[in-house]
Amino acid sequence: MHPAKSVIFFTTASGAGYGLLFLLLAGTMLNILALAFWPLFIGFGIAFLLITAGLLSSTLHLGHPERAWRAISQWRSSWLSREGVMALFTFAPTGLYALHRLFFSDLYGGLMLLIGVLGLVSIAVTVYCTAMIYASLRPIHAWFNRYVPAGYLLLSLTTGVILLNGLLALFGYAISSVVWLAIILLVIAALWKRAYWRFLDSTKSISTPESATGLGEFGTVNLLESPHSEANYLMKEMGFRIARKHSAKLRRIVIGAGFLLPAVLMVLMFSFAGPAAAAISVVAVISAGIGVVVERWLFFAEARHAVGLYYGASRA
Amino acid sequence: MTSLPVNPPKKKLGLVIDLDICVGCHACAVNCKEWNSGGHSAPMTDTDPYGSDPTGVWFNRIHSFEVENDAGDGRTVNFPKSCLHCDDAPCVTVCPTGASYKREEDGIVLVNADMCIGCKLCSWACPYGAREYDEDEGVMKKCTLCVDKIYNPNLPPESRVPACVSTCPVGARSFGDLGDPDSEVSQLVAARGGYDLMPEQECKPTNKYLPPRPKKLGTARTDVQALTPVTDGSAGVIARWVDKFLSA
Repeated sequence: MHPAKSVIFFTTASGAGYGLLFLLLAGTMLNILALAFWPLFIGFGIAFLLITAGLLSSTLHLGHPERAWRAISQWRSSWLSREGVMALFTFAPTGLYALHRLFFSDLYGGLMLLIGVLGLVSIAVTVYCTAMIYASLRPIHAWFNRYVPAGYLLLSLTTGVILLNGLLALFGYAISSVVWLAIILLVIAALWKRAYWRFLDSTKSISTPESATGLGEFGTVNLLESPHSEANYLMKEMGFRIARKHSAKLRRIVIGAGFLLPAVLMVLMFSFAGPAAAAISVVAVISAGIGVVVERWLFFAEARHAVGLYYGASRA
Repeated sequence: MTSLPVNPPKKKLGLVIDLDICVGCHACAVNCKEWNSGGHSAPMTDTDPYGSDPTGVWFNRIHSFEVENDAGDGRTVNFPKSCLHCDDAPCVTVCPTGASYKREEDGIVLVNADMCIGCKLCSWACPYGAREYDEDEGVMKKCTLCVDKIYNPNLPPESRVPACVSTCPVGARSFGDLGDPDSEVSQLVAARGGYDLMPEQECKPTNKYLPPRPKKLGTARTDVQALTPVTDGSAGVIARWVDKFLSA
């Protein structure tokens, strides 16, 4: 599948933003994050900025961005529509909770706890909907499986906790439970990604050139002549090819930059404080950022679409 | 609404494509482009049509496949493919705006270009590659089953069939109601063992394909003698003289 830059930015940026927002909500509700006004303000600011920038970017690849509002109408059947509805809805409880925490934290304690919980649930549902846009597409074997929603949720939270760790270190906080959470999530995410790749390398779609043409009873089916001499929309959008050796290298970058280096840096966080800890945490943010963007690029580039079977692919 | 019709269409208009007859002339694709350039989903935009990298919108494409069995018997099968107007059309249900819909009255799957935001998700959801994005207009397009031709009262009744069907010079394409078991097309499908493409994708396509008829396997000439040059005495005088001259 063609990896569109706007969609890669949308899923990674809004994913990290939702992860950070989730942790800020949960952390303040559980009193693990007892932060002063400015760190909290900037934390909420970064989260909402990433989410909003991601959502706006997702409209950039549309043929008619001015009609994007129509996309919230078909939530009964469409995961993309559900994602739009949930993304917009999530702003309400999370925004209310953030305003309350920052400016009126001594009022309506019980009610705000309820709204905070609603915010947590809506964030999780929104990220799940984003994943289901892909995981509901049967023709794409790499996406139509249970690894995909789990991965989106996991990576959203993992990139979120790396961001939170950076924010805390920059403001001089040392909260070891956040660092531990980051380490645990990085390990789980790396194991999940390896399991996903093992799945991807060992299975293929049940659709074949024989089932695509229905000519299996006569023998093995190969494309003799394609309908056109030049590439068409389907081949450009669905037939994106990536060299196998590149894929192996890029996978190593994902593991190294996305999970291994940030995990090592998190362990180092325990031995350093002040500016050194801040510098380490910023390197971790950059490294994880590169890792997750490459991860998302591969998620698209490695996915084969069943329509490829009509254009000479031997498997889908 | 992009939910599929609550009452599944009783009438299911579609095509039956006979792979035994199709000669791969591409006339159906050309006439499809011709009719639809002025029809429901017009224009069918081309990009760089006279340049080095021409590309454009086509609702119908003809592939050619080579099928070979273990015994080495092969055959070439020309394979036209357009929208299959599926019963469980995933391109319809994934649409976030309601632009994509399936008609309750005849099962035809259409796009309302005024509502389409051009997110391309429907083209990802279709395993058959029936959706065509128009880069120029920023909307998705697709085969309309010539909805503007088959119901057109200004045309003589025999012309009220999709453009691909009316133009096929060998009669490899039939059009009719596949929801009615007594219709001509349904009878044809029953008689010839018509089948669905990729049933495992669970789209329940309406269009059916008729398999090539069995050919006499193992009868291909393997004695290539007939094609080797004649060098014995049976050749004519001039031929023998030329042979002698050239062999010197």
